[in-house]
Amino acid sequence: MWPLIKILPAMTNFRFVAFAKYAGVASVVAALASIFLALYPLTPPCGGLNCGIDFKGGTLLEISTAPRAVDLSRVRSELGALELGDVQVQAFGAPSSALVRFQTPEGESSEQAIEEVKAALNSALGEVVFAKTEVVGPKVSGELFQNGLLALGFAIALMLIYIWFRFELQFGIGAVVGLLHDVVLTFGLIALLDLEFSLTSIAAILTIIGYSMNDTVVVFDRLRENLRKFKRMPLAEVIDLTINETLSRTIITGLTTILALGALAIFGGPTLFGFSIIMIFGVVIGTYSSIYVAAPIILLWGVKRGEEEAEPLPVRT
Amino acid sequence: MMTLSRWKIIAVVLAVIFGVLFSLPNLLPQQTLASMPGFFPRQQLNLGLDLQGGSHLLLEVDTEALRAERLVNTLEDTRVTLNGEGIAFTELRQLNGEITLRVTDPARRDDAARVLRTSLGTALAGTPGGRDITVRNDGPSGIRIAFVQEAMNAEAAKAVEQSIEIIRRRIDELGTREPTIIRQGVDRIVVQAPGESDPERLKNVIGQTAKLTFQMVDESADMAAAAEGRAPPGSEVLPSEDGMSPFIVVRRRALVSGEMLTDASQGFDSQTGEAVVNFRFNSIGARRFGEATAQNIGQRFAIVLDGKVISAPVIRGAITGGSGQISGSFTPQTANDLAVLLRAGALPAPLTVEEQRTVGAELGADAVRAGQISTTIGFITILVFMVFAYGGLFGGISVIALLVNALMIIAIMSVTQATLTLPGIAGLILTLAVAVDANVLIYERMRDEIRAGRNAIAAMDAGFSKAMSSIIDANVTTILAALIMFQFGSGPVRGFAWTLSIGVLTSVFTAVLVTQVLLALWFRAKRPKTLPIV
Repeated sequence: MWPLIKILPAMTNFRFVAFAKYAGVASVVAALASIFLALYPLTPPCGGLNCGIDFKGGTLLEISTAPRAVDLSRVRSELGALELGDVQVQAFGAPSSALVRFQTPEGESSEQAIEEVKAALNSALGEVVFAKTEVVGPKVSGELFQNGLLALGFAIALMLIYIWFRFELQFGIGAVVGLLHDVVLTFGLIALLDLEFSLTSIAAILTIIGYSMNDTVVVFDRLRENLRKFKRMPLAEVIDLTINETLSRTIITGLTTILALGALAIFGGPTLFGFSIIMIFGVVIGTYSSIYVAAPIILLWGVKRGEEEAEPLPVRT
Repeated sequence: MMTLSRWKIIAVVLAVIFGVLFSLPNLLPQQTLASMPGFFPRQQLNLGLDLQGGSHLLLEVDTEALRAERLVNTLEDTRVTLNGEGIAFTELRQLNGEITLRVTDPARRDDAARVLRTSLGTALAGTPGGRDITVRNDGPSGIRIAFVQEAMNAEAAKAVEQSIEIIRRRIDELGTREPTIIRQGVDRIVVQAPGESDPERLKNVIGQTAKLTFQMVDESADMAAAAEGRAPPGSEVLPSEDGMSPFIVVRRRALVSGEMLTDASQGFDSQTGEAVVNFRFNSIGARRFGEATAQNIGQRFAIVLDGKVISAPVIRGAITGGSGQISGSFTPQTANDLAVLLRAGALPAPLTVEEQRTVGAELGADAVRAGQISTTIGFITILVFMVFAYGGLFGGISVIALLVNALMIIAIMSVTQATLTLPGIAGLILTLAVAVDANVLIYERMRDEIRAGRNAIAAMDAGFSKAMSSIIDANVTTILAALIMFQFGSGPVRGFAWTLSIGVLTSVFTAVLVTQVLLALWFRAKRPKTLPIV
C-alpha cells in the first residue's frame, strides 16, 4: 500500500482519444456558455462579470464593527439614502466585517463621498473601524482594465511563439486552443459564482495560463519523443500512449497543487479565497485541456513525422 | 548525470548555507537580531503595504490647469502692458489656447506687437533669442499670441518635479515613517506611506495646492452683477469662507503671494484665543505688503487660499513689520496643517488623487497571520503527500529539496528586499506546489526507465537527463507568464509575479541538483539493485 505510487498501475491503457469527440462537444458547449455568462448583459466594460473597483472605478471600504455583527440591511438603507451611484454591500469573512462599494456621484470628489459615507455609518452603527479604503479614479480604472486584457492577450501570444519555437506550429496551435479554452471557462466560472473580477483575478488567470502550459508542455514533450520512437504507430495511438505514460505525473502534480491551494482557500482569509477558488478550478481545467483539447487538436491537424513520409512503401514482388 | 562531482556538492552546500543564514533574520526576535555580530545579515522580508498597513496614492499633476493659468496670467499681462503704453485695443480674449486682440488704431499695431514681444514671456532655454511665446499679426489690425509647445511641455515637466519636492517636504513635516515618493510616467506621482497614518489627512495635506495670495477687495464692484459671477475688468468673484458673505469681489492683481513667506506656524490669537496661523514675509514681501497697506488704510484686503477667501480684514494701519496672522475658522490641527503647507510651499499645479489604496495596520496583521497559517498548512500537506506518494526515501529526499527551496526563496526575497504582498504569499505556496512537479517528473521518468528494463543506476541517470527538457520547458512558460504580470500589473500583482519568478528559479535548482546529490549519496552508500518506487 505504501508508498502510494506502488498501487498506481505501472502502465495504464485508457483509450483517451476515443472519447475526444464527446469531450470536444462538451468543451465547445461549456465555452459557449461561459462566453454568454461573461458577456451578457452587454454593458461596458464588464458585461456579466462582477467587476471590482479596479476596472469600474469607485470606492471600496472594508468596515468592521467587531465584536458586534454588521447589520447589512441597515448599512444598505443608510447608504441608499445618500444617493451614491451603484452601492453594493456584502458580508466579508467574519460576521463583524463587511465590504461596501460605491461610485462617486457626478460633480463630487471621492474624498467628499467617503466622508459622507463614514459619517453616515458611524452614526448608524456606532463605532466603525475602516480597515481598508480603496479609491480608483475613472482614468486609472480604464487603464487597468485595458492593461489586464492586454496582459492576457500577450501571455497567450507569447506561449504560442514559445511552443512554436520549441516544437512545431501544430503543437503551438494545440496549446493555444487549450489555453483559450481554459481562460474562457475560467471567465465563465467567475461569472457563474459571481466572484469579484479584479486585478487579482487577472493574476490568477495568468497563473492558470502558466500552469496549463506547464501541463501541456509535459504531454507534448513526451508526444514528440514517442513520435520519433514509434514512427509507424498511428497518430491516435501515439497520443493515447503518451497521455497514459504521463498520467501518474499529471495526477500527482495536480493533487499537490490542489492540496496547497485548498489550504490557501480555507485558511488564507477572505481576500485570497476567490483567488484560490479560481486557481483550483484552473488547475482542474488545465489538466483536462492538456488531455482533451491540446492533444486532440494535433490529431485533427495532423503532424509531420520526420522521415516517415519519405520512407518508400515496401515494394511488392 | 549521477556522478557525484565536487562542484555539485559545493553548490548544494553553499545554497543551504545561504538559505539558512539569510532567512534566519525573519525568525529571530528584534532584540536578538540587534545583538548579533556585524557580519550577520539583518534584512527581513519587506512586507507590502497590504500586509504592514499604510497608504498608496497615485496622484496626477493637472498640467491642463497649469496651461489655463498661464493663459489667464498672460491675458492680464497683455492688458496691463498695452494700457501702460497707452495703446487702445478691443476684443482681448482667449481662443483655443491662444490670445487674440484688435488694436483700435491699425497704425499702432506694429508698436503693440513689438512691446508685447519683449514684455511677455521668458527666454527659451537652449535656443538663443527664442522666447516661449510667439506674437503674430492677424489681419490688418489683429494680434495673435500663442505659446510654444516645447516650452509648455518643459514647464509641465518642471511642475511635476517641483510637486514631488513639495510633497516630500510636506510629508516629512507630518512625520510619516519612510515614505516613498516616485514619479510615474509623464505627469503622475506615486506616494507610498507605510504605517497607520490617517489617509484622509494625508490626502488633504498632499492634495491641497496651498496657493496663498493677498488681494485688495474691489469695493466698487456691482454686487448684483457679482452674484451672477460677473466682475469688472481686472477683478474676479471668489467664494468666501469668512462667514460674512458667500462671495467677495477682489482685484486680480496679488499684492503679495505665498512664495514671499519665510515662515509660518500655528498659534493662538492673543485676544480671542482662536487658533491662527502666524507668518513672516521675506524682505521683498515685507516691503510690498508695507507699501500696499500704507496706501489703502481703511480698505479691506482678502487673504485668498486656493481660490477661496479665508478672511477679509480691514487695514487699520500700515503693516511694516513683515509679519502677520491669518485667522479663520481653524481648529488647532487645521491651522497646523495650513502652516505646514505654507512652509513647504504651494504646488505649481493642482493634484488629483487618481488611485488610493489604504490598509489599516490591524487588517495587515490579520493578513500576515492568515498567510502564515495557510502557508504552513499548505506546505506540510505537500510534504506529507510526497512521503505518502513516494515513500520515506524518495519522498523524504523531495521533502528536503522542498525545504531547501523554501529557505532559498525567503533568503532571496530578504536579500533583494523584494516586496512580499498578500497575493505574493499565494505565489509562494503555489511555487512550492509546482516545485514538486520537477521531482515528480524525474521520479516518473525513472520508473519508466526501470520498466523499460534498465538497472537502477541507468534508470536514475536517464530519469534526470530525459526529464530535463520537460522541466526547462515547463518552467520557462511560468517565467513568461510572470514577466507579463510584471510588465502590466501593478502593486500586489507585481509582488506575486516576483515571488513566482524567484520560486521557479530556486525550484529548478533544488529539484534537480539537491535531489541529484542526495540520490547519489544514497546510491553510493547502498548500491541498490532496484529503486523503491516501482
